[in-house]
Amino acid sequence: MKDLEKIAFNIRKNIVKMIYKASSGHPGGALSSVDLLTVLYFSEMKVDSENPQDENRDRFVLSKGHASAALYATLAEKKGLITQENLFGFRNINSPLQGHPDMKKVPGVDMSTGSLGQGLSVANGMALAAKLDNKDYRVYCLMGDGEIEEGQIWEAAMTASHYKLDNLCAIIDYNNLQIDGKITEVMNPTPIDEKFKSFGFNVININGNDMDDIQNAFDKARKAKGRPTAIVAKTVKGKGVSFMEGQASWHGKAPNEEEYKAAIEELESKLK
Amino acid sequence: MDINQKKATRQSFGEALVELGKINENLVVLDSDLSAATKTSLFAKEFPERFFDMGIAEQDMIGTAAGLSTCGKIPFAATFAAFATGRTYDQVRNSVCYPNLNVKIAGTHSGITVGEDGATHQMLEDIGLMRGLPNMRVLSPSDDMQTKWAIEEAFRIEGPVYIRLCRLATPSIYDEKNFEFGKGMMHGNGTEATIFATGDMVWSALQAKEELAKEGIEIRVVDIHTIKPIDREIIVKCAKETKKLISIEDHSIIGGLGTAISEVLTDEYPAKLMRIGMNDIFGKSGKAQELLEYFELNAEKIIKCVKNVDNL
Repeated sequence: MKDLEKIAFNIRKNIVKMIYKASSGHPGGALSSVDLLTVLYFSEMKVDSENPQDENRDRFVLSKGHASAALYATLAEKKGLITQENLFGFRNINSPLQGHPDMKKVPGVDMSTGSLGQGLSVANGMALAAKLDNKDYRVYCLMGDGEIEEGQIWEAAMTASHYKLDNLCAIIDYNNLQIDGKITEVMNPTPIDEKFKSFGFNVININGNDMDDIQNAFDKARKAKGRPTAIVAKTVKGKGVSFMEGQASWHGKAPNEEEYKAAIEELESKLK
Repeated sequence: MDINQKKATRQSFGEALVELGKINENLVVLDSDLSAATKTSLFAKEFPERFFDMGIAEQDMIGTAAGLSTCGKIPFAATFAAFATGRTYDQVRNSVCYPNLNVKIAGTHSGITVGEDGATHQMLEDIGLMRGLPNMRVLSPSDDMQTKWAIEEAFRIEGPVYIRLCRLATPSIYDEKNFEFGKGMMHGNGTEATIFATGDMVWSALQAKEELAKEGIEIRVVDIHTIKPIDREIIVKCAKETKKLISIEDHSIIGGLGTAISEVLTDEYPAKLMRIGMNDIFGKSGKAQELLEYFELNAEKIIKCVKNVDNL
C-alpha cells in the first residue's frame, strides 16, 4: 500500500498543477476519485501501458468526464501513456488532453465522455461484448453522485442487471456535493446503495479514500456472479487539499498562485 | 418499376439485417421494444444471441451500442425515427459521433406516412438533426432494393450512419443494387424541371414525371438516397441544365433535403429552389394516403409547381 500512497500523492500533485497551469478544470471531483483510480490502474485492472489497445484489457469508463485531470494524471503515472510534458498542456489549444476525455486523442482512454449520465450504458455495451466473445475482461465505470440524477443511469442500471453483467463494476464517487451544493439539497439521489440494490446490483459500501477498503471491494466484486456490482464509495470532495475539502465551490475552479503553492505544500507535508 | 410490387423499407431493412448477420458474426442488433414494427424481429428470430432488446430506453440503447462498437462489434440500433434521433440526440452526438464510433442507427416510421399515430410519432426533423452532426452519414432509401443496398453500405462504412426508413409500403423502383454512396440517381434528362426527391417521395416524383410526359413536359427526377455527403455535382449539373428546381421530402423544409440542396446552390451555383415538404408544422392523425394528400406531399403538388400553378 505504501507504493499506492506514493502514486496517489503524485496524481494529486499533478492534478493541482495541471489545473493551475490551465487556469481551468475541476479539482474537487478529480481529487475525490484519486484513490479509486490509483487502486484501479495500479492494482486491480489488467492494463498494459505498452499495449493500451489490447483487446483483452480491462476497460475503464470515466462517466464523470469532468474529472479528466485525475484520469490523465493516472495514465501519466502508468508510464508511457501520457508524457509529463503533455500532461501540463491540459486544456490548451494544441494539447490532445481535452477538457473532457477524448478516446481518439489519448491512448489509454477507453471512452470519450463529458455529457453526464452516458458512461454506464457504454460500459454495459463493453461488458456485453465480452460475454458475446467469451472473454474474461472486466469493465469499470466511475460515476459522480450528482451524475446519477441523470435518468439514463437508471436505464443502464436496469440493463446491467437484466443482462446479468457480472463483469461490470459500477463505482459511485459519493462526495456528497454537486455544483449547486449538497446533493441532498439540490436533487436528492439518496439512498444510493438501496437504489442500486433494488435494481439488482451487488452493492458494497466503502470509504472511497481508503486503499484497503477499495481493494477489498474490487475483490468482492470479482467474486459476485450473475449480477453486476455497484461500489458506493464515500469520498471527500477536494481530498488532500484542506481548503478545497468539502467545498462545492471547488467543483470547477482553478487555484490562483498562492492557493496552488499552499496546496502543493500541504500535499507534500502529508507524504512525509 | 412495379407498382404492384410494394414493400415498406422497414421490411427490407429487417431482411437485409438477416442476410448480413449470416456473413458477419460481429453484427449485433439492438431495439427498444419495437422489434415487431421495425422488423428487427426477423434478425432476433434468426440470431437471438446477437439481438438485444433494450426495453423502452432509447438513450441507453445508443450508449450500449457505442460500448459494443468499441469492442469490435458492429451494432445496428433501431427504433422509430422520432426516438432514434430526437429522444437520443445527445447520446448520438457525444457517445457516437464525437468519438466517431462504428454505430448504425436505423430510424423507421419517419415522416407523416406513419399515419394514425399522429404528430408525436411522425418524425419530420430527423434528417436535420443527424445531418448537422460531424462524422455522421445520412441515408434515405426509396424502395426495397435501395434499402438493401443502403444497409449493406452502412455496414461497410467505418463510422456512424443514420438510415431513414418508412412504415408505409411503397412500390418497387429498382431491379438491381446499382447505386453509389454519395451519388444521386438520375431518372430521365428532361430540361423543364429537376425534381430532387428522397425516401418515399421518389415514387411520387416519378409518377409526376410520367404524367407530365403525357402532356409533352419533359422533366427529370433525382433520387437523393445519400443526404450526407450530398451529391454536389449532380445538383450543380441539374441547376445548369434545367429551367426549374424542386425538392420534395416527407420531412420539414427546415434542415432536410431542400435545405441541403440550398446549401450547395448557395455555395456553387445560386438558383431558385422550390422546397416541397412540411412547412414548419407538425403532422396529425389520419391514413397515410389521406395525409399525403392533405399536406400536399404528392405527384399532384409537383405537377402544379412545375406548371407554375403553385409558385412556392
